[in-house]
Amino acid sequence: MTTFDGNAIAGTLNAVFGGEMTTANGTCACCGATEPLAQLRVYRDAPGVVARCAHCDAILMVIVEKRGIACVDVSGFAALEEPAQL
Amino acid sequence: MAGTALRRKLIWQPATVTGLVAETSNTRSIAFAVPDWPGHRAGQHVDLRLTAEDGYQAERSYSVASAPGDPHVVLTVERLDDGEVSPYLDDELRIGDEVELRGPVGGHFVWESTCDSPVLLVAGGSGVVQFRSMLLHHAAAGSTVPMRLLYSAQSRETLIYADEFTRLGGSGGIDIRVTLTRKNSGTRPGERGRIDRDFLTRTGLPPAGEPLGYVCGPTAFVETVANTLVDLGHRPERIRTERFGGTGTS
Repeated sequence: MTTFDGNAIAGTLNAVFGGEMTTANGTCACCGATEPLAQLRVYRDAPGVVARCAHCDAILMVIVEKRGIACVDVSGFAALEEPAQL
Repeated sequence: MAGTALRRKLIWQPATVTGLVAETSNTRSIAFAVPDWPGHRAGQHVDLRLTAEDGYQAERSYSVASAPGDPHVVLTVERLDDGEVSPYLDDELRIGDEVELRGPVGGHFVWESTCDSPVLLVAGGSGVVQFRSMLLHHAAAGSTVPMRLLYSAQSRETLIYADEFTRLGGSGGIDIRVTLTRKNSGTRPGERGRIDRDFLTRTGLPPAGEPLGYVCGPTAFVETVANTLVDLGHRPERIRTERFGGTGTS
């Protein structure tokens, strides 16, 4: 399985959140680390996108798109910044 | 108008192939004309979408290889034999064909020519793609800040942009150092071996100058290089990383 980081899902994040998210900070609810979403460890071989914490490997976010509808689970974050203006 | 600018909605736009350049035996650069391209920053990405006749769609993310001022959007695609998208882009796509692009996206791994820090770029293999954009942008903007690229490839045959980099290496502030990692990579002069602590110490920029570092390549490469740079005294917050960016994913 190939690991990418959050840079590789910049387009998906933009489409879901409505703005640039790779520079937005997210705080892991499991270990408390805060990093820009560009640093997420991203797995795209699954039916959707699975993003894990770079520090403790906890699942932070899952995005599955089907028939034009995106199902987004961000329950792994304790905090998540709003999208930035590019 | 920056303060009142509306957030631009990200949409898929048609892009027409206007140029094809074979970079290596399995990598080629594709130039697209995109009528409503809003312009990008060096280091940004774009999503590419293909639609089959039966409606099946596949999307991939690519780094933009062209400079912000270039008239075309250029992507460099490495063919992965078990891939779904890259074999089509590398073998089938012809001049005049149309695909869809969505972008530019990403704000983390970008370089602005207004930044006056020295820049250290470290690439493993196809991770070099967005560094082409940064180097061309540096040259076009007439920047004088030192920009040094350390680039490792398996062999001379797998080097992307070799001729272009030779030309760019002579322009003000730009310095490109290539190392070849495969055991039997020829007898011509030049660096051999991986980008390790010794190579970074000898050829990198000194931490005292507080350079901005950009590291892109396969995940293990990026982790090793970024950790070594920190060991050598570079501040972690000055180092930006991208894992396996470059020529997309399957």
